[in-house]
Amino acid sequence: MSQQVTQSQFYANLKRYYSFYTGGFIAFVIVVAILEQLGVPNKILGYIFLFATIMLYAGIGFMSKTADVGEYYVAGRRVPALFNGMATGADWMSAASFIGMAGTLYLSGYDGLAFVLGWTGGYCLVAILLAPYLRKFGQFTIPDFLGARFGGHLPRLIGVIAAITCSFTYVIAQIYGVGIITSRFTGLEFQVGVFVGLAGILVCSFLGGMKAVTWTQVAQYIILIVAYMIPVVWLSVKHTGIPIPQIVAYTHSLPKITALEKEFNDKSTPKGAKEESVRAIFRERAAAADAKLKGLEKDGAAYLTAEKAALVAKLNALKASTDPAPDPKAIEALEKSIKDYPMDAATAKKAWTAEKAVGARAAPVKAHAEPFAVGGKTPEEIEKNRNKAKKNFLALIACLMIGTAALPHILMRYYTTPSVHEARVSVFWGLFCIFLLYFTAPALGILAKYEVYSNLVGTSFSALPAWVSNWSTVDKTLMNIVDINKDGIVQLAEIVIGGDLIVLATPEIAGLPYVISGLVAAGGLAAALSTADGLLLTIANAMSHDLYYKMIDPNASTVRRLAVSKGLLLIVALMAAYVTSLKPGDILFLVGAAFSLAASGFFPALVCGVFWKRANYLGAVLGMASGLGVCAYYMYMTYPFFGVNAPLWWDIAPISAGTFGIPAGFLGIIIGSLISPAPSKEIQEMVDHVRYPSLDGTVSAGSAAH
Amino acid sequence: MQLTEKHKQYWNINLKMSAFLLFLWFVFTFVMGWYARELNEINLIGPLGFYMSAQGSLIIYVAIIWYYAHYMNKLDQEYGVHEGELD
Repeated sequence: MSQQVTQSQFYANLKRYYSFYTGGFIAFVIVVAILEQLGVPNKILGYIFLFATIMLYAGIGFMSKTADVGEYYVAGRRVPALFNGMATGADWMSAASFIGMAGTLYLSGYDGLAFVLGWTGGYCLVAILLAPYLRKFGQFTIPDFLGARFGGHLPRLIGVIAAITCSFTYVIAQIYGVGIITSRFTGLEFQVGVFVGLAGILVCSFLGGMKAVTWTQVAQYIILIVAYMIPVVWLSVKHTGIPIPQIVAYTHSLPKITALEKEFNDKSTPKGAKEESVRAIFRERAAAADAKLKGLEKDGAAYLTAEKAALVAKLNALKASTDPAPDPKAIEALEKSIKDYPMDAATAKKAWTAEKAVGARAAPVKAHAEPFAVGGKTPEEIEKNRNKAKKNFLALIACLMIGTAALPHILMRYYTTPSVHEARVSVFWGLFCIFLLYFTAPALGILAKYEVYSNLVGTSFSALPAWVSNWSTVDKTLMNIVDINKDGIVQLAEIVIGGDLIVLATPEIAGLPYVISGLVAAGGLAAALSTADGLLLTIANAMSHDLYYKMIDPNASTVRRLAVSKGLLLIVALMAAYVTSLKPGDILFLVGAAFSLAASGFFPALVCGVFWKRANYLGAVLGMASGLGVCAYYMYMTYPFFGVNAPLWWDIAPISAGTFGIPAGFLGIIIGSLISPAPSKEIQEMVDHVRYPSLDGTVSAGSAAH
Repeated sequence: MQLTEKHKQYWNINLKMSAFLLFLWFVFTFVMGWYARELNEINLIGPLGFYMSAQGSLIIYVAIIWYYAHYMNKLDQEYGVHEGELD
């Protein structure tokens, strides 16, 4: 971009380009829709969507290729507020938001809203406490700020470690999302899908750094928001004729859901009686499994032999009986259970513990809109459990919000606006773009629930809707429906839905053609790729800029710095893809852990850096180390994966470890600063410099040389 | 550069406005969340506690950020700490 173009011309050009782009994308979707009508198979349509969008992102990346340090790290600091907002939206909304959020809300009702609140409210902290000041500071990375504000290498180094730890944890969750989407919609292997997606990410950030990532993210935001809205609006029209799901869900669907929930839980109604008959079967199965487990615990392997012998005896008796003649099906069933009888105590224990868990499906339907619905035998116990749920709800919100205001890949975006003024406005556009999706997700959760409760429950198993039979054959973890009480009619307790199903199946529930399903997959892919882009760039920049250039070789030439950065990008991306292809644990926990770690490590130091002049080197080092340390320690001690399982502190779940890390961080920085001398005059002046947009009436250009 | 009284005033106003908006943020997040069950007794657009967490508070967050940007950009002009024209 030549400097002759003024900022306002540049802005006008951008608006024109992206209008053309949006029009072109819609035309592309229409062409694919026509292909579908001509009878092109769905799998081919899936490939077209996948490769066309990845090629598009790669194309934008290629056009934005740059060898300029300022453009590579901060997109030349000329991204207008609106576009920075859209890029922030794409950077922010990950596969978890796009695909998982509505499903989480479907499954957990009110309590799932912690994610909706936590992932939006954090922007108030970004806007008021950080974004304008970071823009005025105007360097390249977040560790840059820590290094300049607190002096010395140590704060910068801890910043680098924190940035890498939380971004790497988070990027694994994204690449996992990429793998799932590509494999589901194209039939490629999960591992292959991971590397195909990765190629798309790399072409983009590799050639043009932040500049390419920014313009690709804007393009990705447009795709993902269109893809999210179309099916939901359509579903809302289908239910009520009104195309505003965000209102219809609360006025039309929610009251009906609440009424149906009461009916399902009331044994005296016909629907309630049928639900009860299914629940009774689950209770029996759970009780039988429990009895077996107790027997096993008492007698050990002897119990297994005795039980198996009893089964054989039963089979023989059945075969021998002549009046009435033995039912061949009953014989077959018994023979099968003898054949499948657990070989040893360990397998038996595992199988029966799993069987006992079906008891949970006998529980009454949870009211969707009811906050902190908990069980308990006595009123005191209910009160106690409720307080625990409330505390954890608020603690999770706090960690997610403060984590939002501390994740380096988001904060980095505010270095790219042309001025402090624009940085403030761009936080507004950022949250607005995010808000469009986040205030739709709860509505989608409700609309989908209404569809299941009122249309699916009560239909006959011989006439299941197409989307149900399709998804239950594709993936049992997403849709599992079995006629437990053999009455031929679907009961709610007979359905098990995986959270990701809600967004993926909405086009089919709404009766839209496959092209819209392909669009949704492209949207999910855009969400995952854009977040992964931002994260990988953050990691590579922390290593190349902060570690290599600032600490190891300050005399490195521009060419060398960019070469190092690109090389590292490649290595980090391959490492992340490799770790992802091993399919490590629980994605939601990985995401939560990233937020708690960022919140504990960065937030206290960043905020005190701006708002407390007295904060100094020792304070920052102590604060960041203790914040990270306490947070990591609590996770390690309490998260089941690590196998320590120490008792919880005040009942706070491990995902909210930041609840302890953040105060520890603040405490560390306060104590550390007060026991050592105040920072130098130069640093105090720097704080003043950061606090005022301009003391001499000029726009702070930041500097490309530093 | 030495800060003038006017500069200090600007910073104090900024701090007050920030504190006020963060107070609103706190109320509409944590106080609202703590009393969600009680709020659910009120029915406006659906149960109020549920509605606020799913949509109402989000709208307030967007409004808070919009107002802060608007207010501060005006305050910059008033106190002469605004940035010059972008070219």
